[in-house]
Amino acid sequence: MIRIMRHLVARDLRLALRQGSDAAMVIAFFVITVTLFPLGVGPEPNVLARIAAGVVWVTALLATMLSLDRLFQADYDDGSTDLLVLAPIPLELAVLAKVVAHWMLTGLPLIVTAPVLAALMNMPGPGYPVLIGSMLLATPTLSLIGSVGAALALGARRGGILISLLVLPLYIPVLIFAVGGVDAAISGLTPRPHLLLLGAILAAALPLAPWAAAAALRHSLR
Amino acid sequence: MMHRFANPTRFMRVANAILPWCAALTVVFLCIGLYLGLFRSPADYQQGETVRIMYIHVPSAYMAMFVYGAMAVASAMALIWKHPLADMIARASAPIGAGFTLITLVTGSLWGQPMWGTWWVWDARLTSVLILFFLYIGYIALVNAFDDPARGAKPAAILALVGAVNLPIIKFSVDWWNTLHQPASIVTMEGPKIAASMLWPLLCMVIAFNLFYLTVGILRLRGEIAGARIRNLQLGLTHG
Repeated sequence: MIRIMRHLVARDLRLALRQGSDAAMVIAFFVITVTLFPLGVGPEPNVLARIAAGVVWVTALLATMLSLDRLFQADYDDGSTDLLVLAPIPLELAVLAKVVAHWMLTGLPLIVTAPVLAALMNMPGPGYPVLIGSMLLATPTLSLIGSVGAALALGARRGGILISLLVLPLYIPVLIFAVGGVDAAISGLTPRPHLLLLGAILAAALPLAPWAAAAALRHSLR
Repeated sequence: MMHRFANPTRFMRVANAILPWCAALTVVFLCIGLYLGLFRSPADYQQGETVRIMYIHVPSAYMAMFVYGAMAVASAMALIWKHPLADMIARASAPIGAGFTLITLVTGSLWGQPMWGTWWVWDARLTSVLILFFLYIGYIALVNAFDDPARGAKPAAILALVGAVNLPIIKFSVDWWNTLHQPASIVTMEGPKIAASMLWPLLCMVIAFNLFYLTVGILRLRGEIAGARIRNLQLGLTHG
């Protein structure tokens, strides 16, 4: 079972790397959108420092969301989803494998880029470890919740916009606690409760999201 | 019981029979509630007359959550037992719930301006109700996103269940976080904490809003069933 899941992850990664530029596009979007904020809000260092954590997180959220439509869409179009359903492992685990691949292609690059962008936004020093920690805890949750939205919107008209409508409300708690943790660390408080809550959300999403996404995926084939 | 009313015709016979009663009782309770609330209940010693906004705000906030809960239960029934009416009930309820949520947000902000000095604060209660509104919108969008209306039923049911995690967050947000929004004062462990002269009009309004939901829900359900029949007839014409 683990072996098949590993194969699935490797397949998705290979497909993404061969077609190239998927991860690169997410990062490019992330960087460009964050760059817009100093231009829009004005370059005063104090203002930027105040909003740095929020801007980085909101943009990371949007970047993740934009990458969701290709999570299942390509497989759905070329018929691989049928084989996924017929595969000798539960569809829930296959979805989990696809989510892992999606996280490695979007979540990981976002985590690597975020501190650099936070520096561009003049974020104060104590925020960095918490920013990285919160991203490590929360980007898998984003991929998990996103998989539900992506599976639900399969075959719908205007799927891309629909996904954002379905997924963004569910992302809001993650955003609140992630930014809350970074802000707490910057103002000298402990970020622990926020990080614990992020961990709790991840622990809840890990079994529930693949289950819901698999149900939606099965239905989309009928 | 559940399976007995799985037949739309039988269900609608009962529903049509109680519809006029629901509509009449809605008007009666609304009149009593508004009369008691606007003319017979005292003004608050701190808030003055603005306290009367509560008689709309609290029942609609309660209904916003109640309708979503009803949608979640109906969606679960549709997924588990493939109950043909449960899908339609959830679908018919969504716009009503969205309307109640909007009323809650608008009346709350009208009350907040004189009392808190601001139309809106980003505290946990207000934010979670706003998320509830977005969930309603997402649900309605998903139901209508497919060319074949029957195709959207199951995804929408799954979304309704996923979104149900927000309900306990709304209910307990005022206890878990330090919010500007006041904590619960009606449904508490020690019983209602507000004066009887305010509790009675409030209860009347809650009953009136529930009956309103039932009335409009039956009307919308009738529309859903008629729509499904028309689609089936059209399909029969094209194939036959």
